[in-house]
Amino acid sequence: MHQHPIFSGIHRNKMGAAVIAVQIALTLAILCNALFIIQQRLSLSARPSGTDEPNLFAIANEWVGSAGDPAARVQADLALLRSLPGVAGAYVTNAYPLTGSGSTQQLSLDPEQQRTAPAAVYLGDEQTLRTLGLRLIAGRNFRAEDVVDRGPLNDPHPAGLIITQALARKLFPDGDVLGRGVYLEGQRGTTPIIGIIDRLQVPWTSIGGWGSAWSDSSIVAPFRDVSQSAYYVVRAQPGRLSELMKSVPRRLVALNHARVINRVQSFPQARAEVYRDDRGLAVILAVVCAVLLAVTAFGIVGLTSYWVAQRRRQIGIRRALGATRVAIVRHFQTENLVIAAAGGIAGVALGVSANLWMVSSFATARLPLNYLLAGAAVVLGLGQLAALRPALRAASVPPAEATRTV
Amino acid sequence: MFGYYLTLALRGLVRNPGLTLLMVASIGVGIGASMTTFAVYRAMDGDPIAYKASELYVPQIQNWDPDVHSPNSSAHLDGLSDLLSYTDAVALMRSHAAPRQTALYETRFAVTPSDPQLLPFQTGARAGFADLFAMFDVPFAYGGPWSAADDQAHAPVAAISRALNDKVFGGADSVGKVLRLDGQDYRVVGVLRDWNPVPRYYDLQDAFGIVPDDVFVPFTRAIDQHKLSGESSNCTGAAPPAPGWNGMLQSECIWLQFWVQLPTSADAAHYRAFLHHYAEEQQRSGRFHWAARTQLRDLRRWLSYEHVVSNEVRMLVVVGFGFLFVCLVNAMGLMLARVMFRSADTGVRRALGANRGAVFAQGLIEAGVVGAAGAVLGVLLTALGLAGLRALLSREALVLARMDLPEVGMAIALAIAAAIAAGLYPTWRATRVQPAWQLRSR
Repeated sequence: MHQHPIFSGIHRNKMGAAVIAVQIALTLAILCNALFIIQQRLSLSARPSGTDEPNLFAIANEWVGSAGDPAARVQADLALLRSLPGVAGAYVTNAYPLTGSGSTQQLSLDPEQQRTAPAAVYLGDEQTLRTLGLRLIAGRNFRAEDVVDRGPLNDPHPAGLIITQALARKLFPDGDVLGRGVYLEGQRGTTPIIGIIDRLQVPWTSIGGWGSAWSDSSIVAPFRDVSQSAYYVVRAQPGRLSELMKSVPRRLVALNHARVINRVQSFPQARAEVYRDDRGLAVILAVVCAVLLAVTAFGIVGLTSYWVAQRRRQIGIRRALGATRVAIVRHFQTENLVIAAAGGIAGVALGVSANLWMVSSFATARLPLNYLLAGAAVVLGLGQLAALRPALRAASVPPAEATRTV
Repeated sequence: MFGYYLTLALRGLVRNPGLTLLMVASIGVGIGASMTTFAVYRAMDGDPIAYKASELYVPQIQNWDPDVHSPNSSAHLDGLSDLLSYTDAVALMRSHAAPRQTALYETRFAVTPSDPQLLPFQTGARAGFADLFAMFDVPFAYGGPWSAADDQAHAPVAAISRALNDKVFGGADSVGKVLRLDGQDYRVVGVLRDWNPVPRYYDLQDAFGIVPDDVFVPFTRAIDQHKLSGESSNCTGAAPPAPGWNGMLQSECIWLQFWVQLPTSADAAHYRAFLHHYAEEQQRSGRFHWAARTQLRDLRRWLSYEHVVSNEVRMLVVVGFGFLFVCLVNAMGLMLARVMFRSADTGVRRALGANRGAVFAQGLIEAGVVGAAGAVLGVLLTALGLAGLRALLSREALVLARMDLPEVGMAIALAIAAAIAAGLYPTWRATRVQPAWQLRSR
């Protein structure tokens, strides 16, 4: 039976061809999954928090001892913060975005609270929206008289809530939101929704973790956090962030010694810290992919060079019989393509099964088809590139080689 | 004979330096990638008190209605949560059903140093019962644990970490001295030696010790002082607590860790029965409207149940070993090429009387030499890789991820074994070389 010379060539080097195919398959499987994870992590860590991050910082304050009226000392702090030059806004709260910790409320539309929607709760007052730079798209902001003190163990009823658009859509798909009441965990009766903001991310950011399914469902509740430890969130006028981050804590301590300032963190620092692992993983996988491609390329170069060396005489004969150099190069390139394509098909199957396994054990997303195609294109291109040098060397075999030995 | 083969192998390898380098690099890179990820995995998956892992147990009690669907619960797939309510924790403590037992929770204190030059600062603290020190083998530099009587008396006593002792008392023996916590005086009963088990098995909410445990105080005292848990208190599956501190204590909110020490399996069986009996009693009394469900897991099972190792690290381990496999296939291809390049030499050796066994042995020794060189490179790359990971991933998770002697030994053994495995087929091919045929073409 007639066999194309390419196939007969591969047939005579079954093991070598299989080694290249297996390597290409594994490389492709790792590559497309890694690229997908990289893209996922990078796009997750680029999600907007909805706040004016470059100008914001937070001070973690903890009161020492129980001396003094908790509400009065917080009020004094706020009055000081708001009077400082360079401060564009300040409020006291239990949590802020990009930190990975906060508290959750279950909201529901029926009194039995059977069907609930979770949301992150940020305590705030009439200055919160302005301080964070949130955009109110409907309804109204809190008024000073809406805001009450909330300590660790008292749970007053909020006068009204400001919620994000994402949460509003989830609760009221019909679109009529303002003035409607929701039931809160542990509260009798309903609380009206008085305002809707464009966007405010929940504090949790981990992929597939707590809050990942409702990452824009947040509420701002009209409470001043007067508990033992709380955060002051301060917005600086443009360009004055680092200066205020140094001076403001000193001013607070000067006002009242009975406190510990645990941490002063800008929002950009918070973002870098909270997404550190995601970005780190992306960098590691990128390095792994680069090294993997290099290893595979060198492997192909090595094996193809060997084939060329082994077949010098046959190449000489073909050249003597009239084959052009281009024909010789094309022979080796086509041979590589056939092997790589076989490996590529196996690699696609392997990549998909690896992804399915990760979906079931790590709750990652399904691998989109275009990553498979892109990965396959990369490994096939790599194979062609790696085979090029040995193929060119083959083309330089002189026809006279046919007459040697024998 | 081995020495002779080794000499031959080295000579042969030097004759094709390019191929040899590629093989060594391939194995080295594969070992580097897999061992780096494995070292991190081992550090996170460690069991810092392995010798006691079958004696320490965590009881779990279902105190939330299983029918109330709560997407917020910290419950596991089995519907049980890993913390207890105050009601249950106190009931278990009162029962004294285990030889040693402690409820635990993490909280924070503001420390006011007696030196007026020093500013007050916040510190991580743990409230527990006296038994905890013996249960977790906490080492003391000065003094020792407080007594069960102190627990009973709600005494203002504290055991402190070495770091805190250095900071506040300049590292001196501070037993008997006064430490001001939240504006109140506590008597120091003991100073710990360096002690930071990783992962922090007794509190996996903060498994890698972001907040160090610098102060230990009696649980009863912390409750008196209305100290809330510094970690999450979870009330999502329960009726909302009544206002005030007592409301919190009487609620079904879960916020306490609980550990018991049960030296024998008979003790464990006894405790398991006790625990279930307790839950049944709660059901009879009307507190639980569902069939009693309890669980008792030893430390080993507890660690795997809690999934201490992050998904990122698991994923990296998979990628690391997948990478090693690619590198081995690669090395195998290169060895195959080498065997073919050198078939003439092999033919000569065969013609001069070397049998197939000898050719095979020599080929494997060559592979082993490549593996050993790859191991050296791999160990270097692992050190580099760990440094890179430390720079890129959260510090706390990688505190203990370093190269120890077992890791180095494992890397070397793995590299040589892998190289020999990759060399098996190419070497077998070498033994098939026909001496006569090879000689004829010369």
